[in-house]
Amino acid sequence: MAKHETPLLDQLESGPWPSFVSDIKQEAATRAKNAKGLDYQMPSDVCDDLLGILELSYKDGTTHWKHGGIVGVFGYGGGIIGRYCDKPKDFPGVAAFHTVRVAQPGGKYYTTAFLNQLMDIWDLRGSGLTNMHGSTGDIILLGTTTPQLEEIFYQLTHEMGQDLGGSGSNLRTPADCIGSSRCEYACFDTQELCYFLTMTYQDELHRPAFPYKFKFKFDGCPNGCVCSIARSDLSFIGTWKDQIQVNQAEVKAYIDGKTVDNGGAFKGRDWGKFDIQKEVIDLCPTGCMALVKGELKINDKECTRCMHCINVMPKALKPGKDKGVSILCGAKAPIVDGAQMGTLIRPFISIDQTLNKQLSDFEDEDEWMEYLAEKYEAITEFIELVWDYWMEEGKNRERLGELMMRQGLQKFLEKVEVEPMAVHVQHPRTNPYIFWKEDEVEGGWGRDIEDYRKAHSR
Amino acid sequence: MALDTAEAQKVIVENLEKKAKSKSKFYLKDFYSFFPEEKPRTVKKIVNDMVAQGILEYWSSGSTTMIGLKGTGKQAGAEGED
Ligand code: HEM
Ligand code: HEM
Ligand code: SF4
Ligand code: SF4
Repeated sequence: MAKHETPLLDQLESGPWPSFVSDIKQEAATRAKNAKGLDYQMPSDVCDDLLGILELSYKDGTTHWKHGGIVGVFGYGGGIIGRYCDKPKDFPGVAAFHTVRVAQPGGKYYTTAFLNQLMDIWDLRGSGLTNMHGSTGDIILLGTTTPQLEEIFYQLTHEMGQDLGGSGSNLRTPADCIGSSRCEYACFDTQELCYFLTMTYQDELHRPAFPYKFKFKFDGCPNGCVCSIARSDLSFIGTWKDQIQVNQAEVKAYIDGKTVDNGGAFKGRDWGKFDIQKEVIDLCPTGCMALVKGELKINDKECTRCMHCINVMPKALKPGKDKGVSILCGAKAPIVDGAQMGTLIRPFISIDQTLNKQLSDFEDEDEWMEYLAEKYEAITEFIELVWDYWMEEGKNRERLGELMMRQGLQKFLEKVEVEPMAVHVQHPRTNPYIFWKEDEVEGGWGRDIEDYRKAHSR
Repeated sequence: MALDTAEAQKVIVENLEKKAKSKSKFYLKDFYSFFPEEKPRTVKKIVNDMVAQGILEYWSSGSTTMIGLKGTGKQAGAEGED
């Protein structure tokens, strides 16, 4: 028998999708049974009380969680989010129900051993409930008490080699796509850059440094599998500067139907014969492709690297060879000014493809980090200019994108030392007011009024 | 000129105590204003060191971090975690 009656929650289970209510009930039953005979460090009815307090919230139309708290592990200002309920007498199992954020591995590669180990810790020391993964991309362990925090932290770091993620006014847990580990489209090694920046900015990640949260995300190519353009204050998207590599023989194989298009992704249904004109050329957003005497021609100058043609014919087309990243700034979810996508600020930072040594090529990790610091110097320089500006000018709880809106793109470009260029204009005429400074104008403001009057009377 | 750490800590504690009647938690930015001449990064470092030393403590809503003198503010008492 359930501890609390939950008619409103039960109703949620009747929908067509998997239900979090069923999941929590399942965990409640598992804990009640305790088949493994665990010495639960959370009250064993934590899941029952979680359901109970949620039911009450639905009934009352208000939350019964308090906002925030002073919890954390020693030396860390982030990674733990204190949560207390305001009805501890009725729901003692969730009197304290803190969230633990754990850094996810690069590209979210897990071994089952890792997941088992993680759950062994969490079944014992927490509610057993997780959120894989949170919106930022990290592992979220839901619900534990203050005395368990240091224990969990010790086990994570010492037994699993795993660190906490970010929360609060910190750099948040950076997240990346699988990149070149499995994906031929990757224009840079997302996991290497993500790891390097995570290690370089440990202080920013663990100790409050900023007016508000700050996120990095890394997409190996414009397909944007981690959607960095919408989800991160600084979005790194792999791109290329030269021409798309075209293999005309392979193009022909697609046209002749010898190679299945889209890597076979649409094989489930018969869509008819592949039509390169209709499915590739006509769908190019910049209209920069043409079939000339059976050969595919691309006017690369006009190509916006949307990836469409490459996705349809991956054997025939590949990103160019001169690779690097674009950096977009200021994406954020609503709250102030509504949601915003990132603004392209650095169209291309070259990443030297010959600098491809791995950790195993070095004596130790420190040496590897030094090597990477050089490889990615142009990127860290830019990041720090952005942070200096935001730390100085950003208001409390103001995201980078809001500061950019408030003070304007021109100010931002000046602060991050980027010359205005055509790519900064999304739509012509939306922001025509560029103000020149005297030192930017040849001859300055001074003029010889006599000389001027010779040609212009008063 | 480099900021003297002991001196800076004193300034911070004095400023927070002065405001303790009306406010117990502060944004990191409030600390910058105690040292208008210093770079935010320098001040950030001093504040975080003071947390490590147990003089200050973090309070987090989950999205924003605030900082106060250890043990002040109603949260610590209310949650029975003094
Ligand atoms: C070949 C001749 C000219 C060209 C190509 C030209 C072009 C333009 C353009 C492109 C704009 C911006 C339009 C907009 O903001 O929508 C503009 C604005 C304007 N033009 Fe002209 N224009 C010409 C001659 C003149 C003359 C002879 C006058 C007045 C005697 C004039 C007065 C203005 C004014 C008052 C504005 C608005 C300025 C502002 O928005 O602050 N233009 N012109
Ligand atoms: C009683 C007569 C007038 C009234 C009430 C009037 C009112 C206005 C107003 C309200 C604006 C908009 C100001 C702003 O956007 O901040 C404006 C702009 C303007 N007016 Fe007039 N105006 C008058 C006569 C004139 C005349 C006779 C001329 C030209 C010979 C003129 C040329 C302009 C121009 C060029 C602008 C655009 C200024 C800019 O874009 O910065 N106006 N006027
Ligand atoms: S973003 Fe691009 S490189 Fe990364 S996994 Fe997706 S398609 Fe591959
Ligand atoms: S990547 Fe996109 S814009 Fe570029 S040629 Fe292909 S379809 Fe056109």
